[in-house]
Amino acid sequence: MSLHPRRRTVRTVRGIVAQWPAIAVLAAIWVLLWGDLSWANVIAGALLAVLIMVVFPLPPVAAQGRFRLGPFLVLAGRFVADLVVASFHVAFMALRPRYVPRGAVVVVQLRNPDDVFLTITAVLSTLVPGSLVVEAQRRTGLVYLHVLDIEDSGGVEGVRRNVLQLEERVLRAFASDDVLAQCDVPQPGGRTSNEEVA
Amino acid sequence: MLFDAGTWSLITDVLAAVFILAGAFLTFAAGIGALRFPSLLARMHAVTKPQVLGLILLLIGLSLRVRSWSAVAMLALVVAFQLLTAPVGAHLVSRAGFRTGKVDESELQPNQMEPDDDEHTA
Repeated sequence: MSLHPRRRTVRTVRGIVAQWPAIAVLAAIWVLLWGDLSWANVIAGALLAVLIMVVFPLPPVAAQGRFRLGPFLVLAGRFVADLVVASFHVAFMALRPRYVPRGAVVVVQLRNPDDVFLTITAVLSTLVPGSLVVEAQRRTGLVYLHVLDIEDSGGVEGVRRNVLQLEERVLRAFASDDVLAQCDVPQPGGRTSNEEVA
Repeated sequence: MLFDAGTWSLITDVLAAVFILAGAFLTFAAGIGALRFPSLLARMHAVTKPQVLGLILLLIGLSLRVRSWSAVAMLALVVAFQLLTAPVGAHLVSRAGFRTGKVDESELQPNQMEPDDDEHTA
């Protein structure tokens, strides 16, 4: 991975404190695993989380993000609906007799190659439309998708449109206003100038 | 109260049965797909979409039946990790298949893969 800029891992106390969301998530997982919300579990979970952060430090995630509840709910709702549709679709394909799917590999240029949004879009596009990420390039924002049945998915253009729409929903839910403006995604209603329009 | 406790219990039991049956169907179809689909990449579709939703439905049905918060918390964790890991696993298997020549590229129509990029050798 020599081409990627090597980012400094954070091992200092301030670095660990700065990654408090990760500690909170790890502690929450610990509490969920024990299935019992008690002070002993919360404290033990937090201590273990700090230990994990010290022993296995990760580079901080660089994202200019802003969480928007409305678009996030749109993203989540569409995701659940698409997951149900895609699952039953693939299930019936598997059960249809004498059926051979016509696979294809399609390349899609995403608008924003930031690690976080690229990752979320890639993971979701593997689960949701009839596609599967085979290869992704951070540097260029290119995503190579395998499509199970290219005709069912509306051809190359259909696949592209679907993935770009998915990316747009991801960006609307998580990206900052600057990123949205850069990517030409209309800003959802929020504390922006076009509040009344949206 | 709209219904008494016994009726509620009956309703959740029926719902649980519906979810578990739907989940079992999807998991079964995922298994069939993994067997029947002609190529490595097509098989990966079967183990991501129907398999993941099948497991989610099974666990929803289970939590409706068990009705204990600590069990539900554990099942929610299983779902979260399944959603995070299944696509990554499928991606890695597909990528490894491509790079080691286990994918018959002549079957891919169109095939827009350009494997000679510098990031591939990294």
